[in-house]
Amino acid sequence: MAMTMVEKILAKATGQSSVKAGDVLEPKVDLAMSHENAALVLNQFKEIYAGTGHEATVWDPSKIAIIFDHRVPAESSKTATNQKKVRDFVAKQGIAKFHDIRGDQGGICHQILPENGYVRPGCVVVGTDSHTTSHGALGAFSFGIGATEMASVWTLGTVLNVEVPGSIKVVVHGELSQYVLPKDLILYLIGRISAEGANFKVIEFHGPVIRSMSTSGRLVLCNMSVEAGATGGVVPPDGETVRYLREEAGVKDALDIFGPDEDAVYDQVVEIDASSLEPQIACPHTVDNVKPIGEVAGLKIDQVVIGSCTNGRLDDIAVVAEMLSGKKVASGTRMLVFPASSRIYLEALEKGYVAEIMKAGAVMMNSGCGPCLGVHQGALADGDVALTTTNRNFKGRMGNPNSGVYLCSPAVAAASAVTGVITDPRKGAK
Amino acid sequence: MGKVVLKLGDDISTDIIYPGRYMATVLPTETPQYAFADYADFNAKVKQKEFPAQSVILAGKNFGCGSSREQAASCLKGPDFVIVARDFARIFLQNSINLGLRTVICPGIDASEGDELEVTADTVINKTSGRAFATVALPKARQAIVDAGGLIPYTRKRLGEKHGSAA
Repeated sequence: MAMTMVEKILAKATGQSSVKAGDVLEPKVDLAMSHENAALVLNQFKEIYAGTGHEATVWDPSKIAIIFDHRVPAESSKTATNQKKVRDFVAKQGIAKFHDIRGDQGGICHQILPENGYVRPGCVVVGTDSHTTSHGALGAFSFGIGATEMASVWTLGTVLNVEVPGSIKVVVHGELSQYVLPKDLILYLIGRISAEGANFKVIEFHGPVIRSMSTSGRLVLCNMSVEAGATGGVVPPDGETVRYLREEAGVKDALDIFGPDEDAVYDQVVEIDASSLEPQIACPHTVDNVKPIGEVAGLKIDQVVIGSCTNGRLDDIAVVAEMLSGKKVASGTRMLVFPASSRIYLEALEKGYVAEIMKAGAVMMNSGCGPCLGVHQGALADGDVALTTTNRNFKGRMGNPNSGVYLCSPAVAAASAVTGVITDPRKGAK
Repeated sequence: MGKVVLKLGDDISTDIIYPGRYMATVLPTETPQYAFADYADFNAKVKQKEFPAQSVILAGKNFGCGSSREQAASCLKGPDFVIVARDFARIFLQNSINLGLRTVICPGIDASEGDELEVTADTVINKTSGRAFATVALPKARQAIVDAGGLIPYTRKRLGEKHGSAA
């Protein structure tokens, strides 16, 4: 029987020739990722073993990755203590894929995994983070789970009782215009199908725009698939996937490259013409409250944030540096830039982007999640408006329920930082 | 049977249920103090343990959307709430099942704050209005975890089988 991408991956992970949506399986896990919430996972992990007489030992330390990114450096003694507990656990269990708070190898989990070659096409990846959907960009079935479920994975090496999700095929035709970016495409899609339009399903991306898109852009699409409720997003792997893994992630071993069957069955097909797409803005307080930029242009902004697992990559920082070059961040507007990883930060430094950004008046921050989840590094005042390249604009998301968060692409964010109001980056462009 | 103590709209995110700034708190015994922290009146009543067990939080579509943070489920499990919603976001629903927080999918539910609801095997009966609404059963795979008392005992059983077969 013809299979979608996720059906094929789950057939492989369970050693079956064929599976179909609705089947209940127990797939083997190729990579299990956690961040600071590993502190909660390890509590639950110990609880599973309590009273069994067995020593709590993870099933395979080489398949576990732990990356500190949500609150780095620690914003409180409580976080610091949790991080310390995790450090001790990592050492005891022999977990090598551990990225601590470091300037040479730290960063956001959803950048650390791809850039270190931890994710391969055709693999099953789980993470205690909803944006684990990101890694579908490399052709994996990658999805978010809770801490107790991760504790179960650490114990058994499988995910229990997984229902094979149905898939939505999204076909993107045409060509993106200048300063219209993958972020605009995914915001448009979420606005069109709604914040729960893909709940319990996988979004499978196809079409010429996807085929010509960089892995960095594909990560944006898969990352935000969860904002439409999707279990996962996935891009069938191709030459670009192999190029990225070989050239950027340093992967040398054999890769298993496969796509969905031509006649696979989808729950829904969504066709998009990218050529007519404009920059998009998700307005408070839901990610599907999406408007073309013309409808919100001119709104005054207090804080601009560039970064997060969605848009803190080198190409994002490049477009920001280009738009800020020789200009100044508007008086009355604060601008914070968080490279997604130390490696990206160093590359941005070498290419001169950091100097352009700082000379314009923006603040370069350390790699990490920053204010995206409202813990530290850029809380908002009552009444503040933030324009940000992050992924969520829920009420209170940036730490203050009396503020408004607008989501956009790096090009929109940078153009708007210069004017102090939401601005179309195509204005004044050649 | 429980009274509706909080009625909410659609797309209630985990940032509303359990704000990110409290994520360093992980113990299920400690998380309830931050449940709906930005809803000051409701949060104060949770902290003062004013709500009897099985009190109902009523929500619209896509309840629990957003983060995978398990605190959003554990903070409601502590006071033993029942969540009745038109539907739930995937990770929140799974976390609730894993932790034993009672979730009821009821697409047509119509009730107001203060109404008394009775949840049966396949309906929610609004005792105050006298109307009944059909519920959607959990898929069998998830029900099995509920029946085991949550994912920890479910996994512990599997762990025993694993060690048993290896012996």
